[in-house]
Amino acid sequence: MDLTLKIWRQNGPQEKGEMKTYPISGVEEDMSFLEMLDYLNDQLINEGIEPVVFDHDCREGICGMCSLFINGEAHGPGRKVTTCQLHMREFKSGDTVYIEPFRAKAFPIIKDLMVDRTAFDRIQRAGGYISVNTSGNTIDANAIPVPKEDADRAFDAATCIGCGACVATCKNSSAMLFASAKISQFSLLPQGQPEAKERVLNMVHQMDLEGFGNCTNTGACEVECPKGISLENIARMNRDYLFASLSSNK
Amino acid sequence: MALDSKIPAGALADKWTKHKGEIPLVSPANKRLIDVIVVGTGLAGSSAAASLAEMGYNVKAFCFQDSPRRAHSIAAQGGINAAKNYQNDGDSVHRLFYDTIKGGDYRSREGNVHRLAEVSRNIIDQCVAQGVPFARDYGGLLDNRSFGGVQVSRTFYAKGQTGQQLLLGAYSALNRQIAKGRVKMYARHEMQELVVVDGKARGIIAKNLVTGEFERHSAHAVLLCTGGYGNVFFLSTNAMGSNVTAAWKAHRKGAYMANPCFTQIHPTCIPVSGENQSKLTLMSESLRNDGRIWVPARKEDAAAIRSGSLHPNDISEEHRDYYLERRYPAFGNLVPRDVASRAAKERCDAGFGINKTGEAVYLDFAAAIMRYGSEEAHVKGFNNPSESEVKALGEKVVEGKYGNLFQMYEKITASNPYKEPMMIYPAVHYTMGGLWVDYNLMTTVEGCFALGEANFSDHGANRLGASALMQGLADGYFVAPYTVGEFLSKDIRTGKISTDSPEFEEAEKAVRARTDKFINSNGTKSVDFFHKRLGKIMWNEVGMARSEKGLKEAIADIQALREEFYADVRVLGSAHGMNPELDKAGRVADLIELGELMAKDALERNESCGGHFREEFQSAEGEALRDDENFAFVSAWEFTGVPAEANLHKEELTFENVELKTRSYK
Repeated sequence: MDLTLKIWRQNGPQEKGEMKTYPISGVEEDMSFLEMLDYLNDQLINEGIEPVVFDHDCREGICGMCSLFINGEAHGPGRKVTTCQLHMREFKSGDTVYIEPFRAKAFPIIKDLMVDRTAFDRIQRAGGYISVNTSGNTIDANAIPVPKEDADRAFDAATCIGCGACVATCKNSSAMLFASAKISQFSLLPQGQPEAKERVLNMVHQMDLEGFGNCTNTGACEVECPKGISLENIARMNRDYLFASLSSNK
Repeated sequence: MALDSKIPAGALADKWTKHKGEIPLVSPANKRLIDVIVVGTGLAGSSAAASLAEMGYNVKAFCFQDSPRRAHSIAAQGGINAAKNYQNDGDSVHRLFYDTIKGGDYRSREGNVHRLAEVSRNIIDQCVAQGVPFARDYGGLLDNRSFGGVQVSRTFYAKGQTGQQLLLGAYSALNRQIAKGRVKMYARHEMQELVVVDGKARGIIAKNLVTGEFERHSAHAVLLCTGGYGNVFFLSTNAMGSNVTAAWKAHRKGAYMANPCFTQIHPTCIPVSGENQSKLTLMSESLRNDGRIWVPARKEDAAAIRSGSLHPNDISEEHRDYYLERRYPAFGNLVPRDVASRAAKERCDAGFGINKTGEAVYLDFAAAIMRYGSEEAHVKGFNNPSESEVKALGEKVVEGKYGNLFQMYEKITASNPYKEPMMIYPAVHYTMGGLWVDYNLMTTVEGCFALGEANFSDHGANRLGASALMQGLADGYFVAPYTVGEFLSKDIRTGKISTDSPEFEEAEKAVRARTDKFINSNGTKSVDFFHKRLGKIMWNEVGMARSEKGLKEAIADIQALREEFYADVRVLGSAHGMNPELDKAGRVADLIELGELMAKDALERNESCGGHFREEFQSAEGEALRDDENFAFVSAWEFTGVPAEANLHKEELTFENVELKTRSYK
């Protein structure tokens, strides 16, 4: 198939960027979206044009490294897929495809389509862990039974891959879906209880410091999330936050 | 140099406890004076960095991804083994030890493997304490599943995302230490050179991938937790960025490379679809718990399927060949990976492959769906449910177990595995070979350690499913943090290592020269062009079946490719700032050298064992013929300038606790 690609090119964080047009032919249906970009880059190299820079690694939808805003949607038109799992059979010959980076104040552009998402790491450092030493001398794993339903819901929250599609999609660039997934995983498990109050207060505080916006319950994040993280997590986080704010000793 | 594995004396089951008790301790005050570098933040790296920092060492951790949480351990699907015996099926530390030694085709060390089996139980306790959401049964206790090559149920899992959940657990432990300022994290950094001062690893040259700057980092010890080298085949289940550079630089500085030809070809991956494919996707081994593998029994049926005139669901039972169940009745679809892969290749080579390229077999869930469906109907008390009702119920159960894998399959292939069998074929997945390490996980360069997939130590010639996660976390949480003490206890008076020494100067100069060479080589072909060619040579001649003739050709071809690469590679852009093409060029240069050493190692090993199958050494039924008399050793290669002239050192393997037998899964 033949496509017209409109791609955001920007040489560095401080430089001015622009959309550039690249016609491309010979794209195959079975290519993933990123393989289509590899294919474009190979042609650009042959023409002496610097290849387009984009983040990617595992290419099986789990590392969360790939991003891209494709035709106005985070990870493109598919549902519950990352860009690396999007295949060209979703497009048809003659289409014009707009490819932009994830845009948010807290995600500065590094180059072209690559952005800096270390704000997410800092949110997790603010309390996204259980304070247990790694000695291995903890109690036997089966000493604390966890109701299957709680374990399953904790797992569902924990499957967040930290890609940032929620932030890129949100009109407020809010990171509430991400942060709430991380907080929920621990708040649903007995192991997470001792530090629950501190955790939600600290992680929300860090989220605000990073410059993410607030949540206005639009729900677009849930629609675009490649892992189907539920809005329920935001509700849980809000409840935990309120409870912690009112009852914390600090 | 004679290789000393430093396996402690004494009874097998006491070695680790005794050794651990005798390793010199470093006092808390002195730990604060010692710096440790950890390269790579997968399961081994994250857990090691977190543990060392917690113990009091100053840790610097490096990863090339934008966050430590994205290292490729995250993609591991099926599970992690531990000898907990929660299922009460007779499992024990000894059984896990024995299964691992046998599964590895008797090419690993008894001492190391027993230690791995011992600490496996602590891993599960530790991870649960950290909040890793493992799958549980309705009583709220941990659930298990079975994996290949064993007859117990000892695999803990979190749906098909076990690696993700374990890595996020290790990452959370790492985050806790970063937050305390005990670990300094360098993301988007790649190790370019190992710095050796007075025979000891004392630092690295790292590249800041965002700015393009080279940085000198010194430390008293360097831990390489940099994963495997499957990307030498271009197409593999590894991440695009996975590479051998850190390990290879250490090899060039004196660390021996052990058993590089032992690579694991995983039997259940999504088949290759076209020339522009960049990677292959694994379908977890856990699927073999319930899926049955088959090809048509008649060649004409296979041909009809390939041409599209016949649908697999229309082939009746008697015309299907469930070849694993036929050849290996005792283990059936759950034979170890090397055996399953070779059997698939054998059927496809014989003309029974079922996709366009003739290189695919079926993995079928129809029987499992019906079995689970009638169980479920029974539980729910349905009388005489219709076939479609049973099917619907069964599909729900299968979805609960493997939902994300089925979804992944459908996204890639546009075919629904609930309705028609999956198509699968073997693909490169894991490398058992790696840097040679002693019992303390130290390489032949003093102070340079290798953990996880980057070392060679525990899996012999074939790794069992769900054992990679176990080894990564065992090395990182429970082994290296203690064993580094033996080396570091001598360093308490050394003081800060200067980065102004001639050794650092020289290392940085060498790195700059390499970079300039790529930027200034006005070639005509992209880096990928060469990488794909290397992959083809490796897959065809150093893949699932190897022969003397093929390996000799491969060596000549790789040597020619290397010359062509340096003469004709084209890297655009500059050495300053972000330039992924430049970074890729450096990685591919190292993979080319490694590829040659792998072929040389495979040529030297005149036997078939585990993942290493030499066509000349097979039984009449096509099973691998091991030669214990002449090859019960670890090949450890010393770099002398070019791979062709690498020196072979042999570490003899002694077996005091298991009897060497022909591996049989019949």
